[in-house]
This record gives sequence, C-alpha cells and structure tokens, in this order.
Amino acid sequence: MSKRIDVKDLNVYYGKFLAVEDVNINIDAKSVTAFIGPSGCGKSTFLRTLNRMHEVIPGARVEGEVLLDGDNLYGPGVDPVTVRSQIGMVFQRPNPFPTMSIRDNVLAGVKLNNKKISKGEADSLVERSLRGANLWNEVKDRLAKPGSGLSGGQQQRLCIARAIAVEPQVILMDEPCSALDPISTLAIEDLINELKDEYTVVIVTHNMQQAARVSDKTAFFNIAGTGKPGKLIEYGDTHTIFSNPTVKATEDYVSGRFG
Amino acid sequence: MTSTSLTKSQGAGRAGDKVFSGATLAAGCLILAVLFGVALFLVIQSLPAFTAPAEDIQGGEGFLAYIWPIVVGTLIAAVIALVIATPVAIGVALFISHYAPRGLASGLGYVVDLLAAIPSVVYGAWGAAFLAKEIAPAYDWLAKNMGWLPIFQGPASATGKTILTAGIVLAVMVLPIITSLSREIFLQTPKLHEEAALALGATRWEMIRMAVLPFGRPGIVSAVMLGLGRALGETMAVALVLSSGALTASLIQSGNQTIAAEIALNFPEASGLKVSTLIAAGLVLFVITLGVNMIARWIITRHKEFSGAN
Repeated sequence: MSKRIDVKDLNVYYGKFLAVEDVNINIDAKSVTAFIGPSGCGKSTFLRTLNRMHEVIPGARVEGEVLLDGDNLYGPGVDPVTVRSQIGMVFQRPNPFPTMSIRDNVLAGVKLNNKKISKGEADSLVERSLRGANLWNEVKDRLAKPGSGLSGGQQQRLCIARAIAVEPQVILMDEPCSALDPISTLAIEDLINELKDEYTVVIVTHNMQQAARVSDKTAFFNIAGTGKPGKLIEYGDTHTIFSNPTVKATEDYVSGRFG
Repeated sequence: MTSTSLTKSQGAGRAGDKVFSGATLAAGCLILAVLFGVALFLVIQSLPAFTAPAEDIQGGEGFLAYIWPIVVGTLIAAVIALVIATPVAIGVALFISHYAPRGLASGLGYVVDLLAAIPSVVYGAWGAAFLAKEIAPAYDWLAKNMGWLPIFQGPASATGKTILTAGIVLAVMVLPIITSLSREIFLQTPKLHEEAALALGATRWEMIRMAVLPFGRPGIVSAVMLGLGRALGETMAVALVLSSGALTASLIQSGNQTIAAEIALNFPEASGLKVSTLIAAGLVLFVITLGVNMIARWIITRHKEFSGAN
C-alpha cells in the first residue's frame, strides 16, 4: 500500500518566474524523506507538485515528470483529483473542517465521490484511522464533538487520521509541526515513525533536528539569491547529509552557519 | 518637572480628538432621533385607525380585517422573490468566487452590483410593460396543467399582472444584494479549509460543499434576510406590476396586494380616517421589517461567535 516516487527534470514556474529548477530525486517506498533548506528555497512548492496541489495557486505550472511507481502524474488524461486521493497531504497549520464533528472529519475524504459506506464499516474505519494517528484514546468518547475543539497537536493528528482514512500511497507533510508545541511535535514525530511501516512519507521541515530524528533520507534545497530559482543541492542518507555532506553549502546549513 | 510633562495635554491634538468624538456622538444621536421620530409619528397618526368603530374602516369590518390580507400578500410576494432569487444568487456568487476566470469574475461582479443601482420604478415599468405580457402564456399553461394545485388555479390572468409576476420582478431586484453579500462571504473561506478538501481528492464542487458552503451558511442566511427586507418594503415595482385585488390563493390570477403598494396607490386621494388607516398599515410594515432586521442581526452575531471560536 505504498509506492515510490521518481522525479525527472522537474521545473516549477509561477507564471514566467522559474521557482524551482531541474529537480531529479528518487523517493523510496515505505521510507521517510525530509526536505530541508532556507525559507523561499522552493521545498514547499516542490512538495506540492508531488500531488498537484500547486495547481491551486493561479499561474503555477510544471515541466518534467513525476512518476508514482512508473505512472506519470502529469501524463495526458491524468485527473488531479485522482492523484490527490492517492497522495495525501498534511498542512502547516492544522485544518480540520470546523463545521464537522471529529468522526465526520475522519470520514470526509472517504465520503467523496458519493461513495457509500455502511455505519459499521464507517465506525471501524474511524477507529482504525484514529488509532493509526495515535488519537483514538484521547477522542473516543467525544467523536460527535467538533474537531475545532481539540488542541493544536490533536487537530494535526486528526488531519493525519483524515489523510490516512482514504488509504493513500504517499503522505506529504508540509512543516506539520511548525505550529505545535514540543510535546505535540514529539507525538507527531513518533507517529511519522510508525507511518513509514505502511506509507511513503515526505516531510518538509525547518527544524533540522526533526529531519535528523525522523527521516531516512534528506534532501537539501537552496537558493542562490532573491529572484533565482530554488535547486536541489544534495540528496542522500540522513546520516550522511548531517555528518559528512559532500557540498559546502549543505555543511554550512546543517551546522547552522546560515539559514 | 516630570509629573507636569505627563499631565500636560498637547493642545491641538486634544481639541481635534474632542471635536471628532463630539461629531460622531451627534451623528449617532441624530439617527436615533430620526428613527424615534418616525416611530412616534406612525404610532400617533395611526391611533385613530385602531380606535375607530369597525364599520368606519375601509371594508367595514375593522382594522384587522383590512390589514391581514395585505400582510399576507406582502409576505407572499416576498417569499416568491426569495425562493427564486436565493438559489440563483448563490449560484452566481459561487460562479464569481470559485469558477469564473479572474477577469470575467470582476466584470460579472460589477454587472451584478449595477443591477442594484437601477431605480425600482424602472424595474416596475419593465415588469408591467414587458414581463407581464411575455409571461401570460406560461400562466395559461400552468393553469391548464397544474391547476389542481391551489396556487396555480385558473383562470390565469390575461394581462399577466399577478402576484407571481410581482414576485419575479422583486426577485430580480433582491438578486444583487444576496449575490454580492454571498460572494464576499465565499471569498473569505479560509484557503486552509479549501486546500484540506482538495488534498483529500475532492472535486471543485465537493470542495465547495465541504468547505465553502458550511463556512458561508450563516452569511448566506443574513444576506437572504437583507434581501427579504428589501422585498417587503418595495413599493413602486409592485404598484406598477400588480393588478391588485382581494386575497387569493392563486398566484396566477390578478388579486392580492402588498402593504407598501397599498399605501402608495391610495395615499394621494386619502383623507381623514383613511389616512390613519394607511399610516397604521405603514406601522405594521415597519414592525415586520424591524422584526426581520432583528432576526438578521441575531444571526450575524451568532455567526461572529461561530467564526471566533474557530
């Protein structure tokens, strides 16, 4: 239930502005891959191209290929809606639907496309997803309460439960802990460790310790200057990137000399 | 020395502050005084209509018997207007906020706002001279095929000057109000929630149902309430379009009357008790409109709490 991602010669544009240039990267199935780099280097933009969420931004477009187990996401006739149901996403700020109960939030993605689901199936799916997101014990007695009543960390885990309820191949996380306190961050990091048993996880983070803690491989993105495109500078085992990087810029960044 | 420099006020700035706060206070008091004056005028002038013997009131059966058919007529016209205008307005608002390309969206929004700027007498003339004539055959068809429903009971009006036509004209008039308010609300839907829906694999319509409409619901309700306020009080369009008469259930026969049109049509030739009766009718409309606005306010405050909690 997880697939690998291979990106070939990917350029991302906002209108005429080249935001990310010439990315080639191979992301293994059932692993955690972290994207690090200074603000504005295009790592979030690049992450969004992995499930075509960049198309929400007017004028954003892509050249190149993103292959999900060999199938090009940008091939002719590919429906972005289908792509996104296969490649889930968790955002920087927790965003449960405020008008829905906790239970309905978990089921939101499953009920799309008029899929019918029996109450029994729904109940077990809710429990399975919330357990998968390490949230079940905290919310099992208040499933009918609004999701917005939870703490920030719980809301973020609810969003993860919502993402895994549709059984995606890949889960993308765009700085999922940047709005959370250290305890909630720890809970999410533990969860990421468990998620990689079943899913391919890609995470963007500003926190280098976090990248070092959770990821198997790390990609360092950088930007030459304002107005220049972001580039993938170095990609390798997390251990290597943090202890023995081959590029000077990577070493400077991970050792805290800039960024 | 320090204490004096702290207590000493800076002349010019202070004076400007006082003038401004005085001006705003005066403006606030003025609007209350005008409202109070209108209410007082309505109550005093309409007292004779409430106290007069029943047979002296127009119709000869007292004020209640006089007023209730036109209250019902007013409500019928307003409800027709809302039933037609609300779905169209929400559709147009959604199209402008979420479907149309940006250039088209702003142009369309501008045109819709322009609709609100057309004087109501123009709408009335259009309804009376054009729409009524064109729509009469449709009423015939309704009478023949759906006449078993009391609201479409025949024989249909040959001129088309019915309460349904008046309702349709009112619908066109309240459309811009509901559309522009709904559009503003829809545009304020947090990007966060729209993206949450899209990232789950929602189509655009599913995203609207999951994120935009639930977020906008309280706003839609208050927009509809404001539209209702206009539909209730509209005078000229109804007076021109509707060939009025006694209260009837059928919407496609001539008949029915609204309070505002009743006042406008009868006031010029009225004298004595008739004037009081019409002013009393105005008081009733005032109370209905006040009620509608209070409901709208209540819904808007509820909306505030709701969005604040999230």
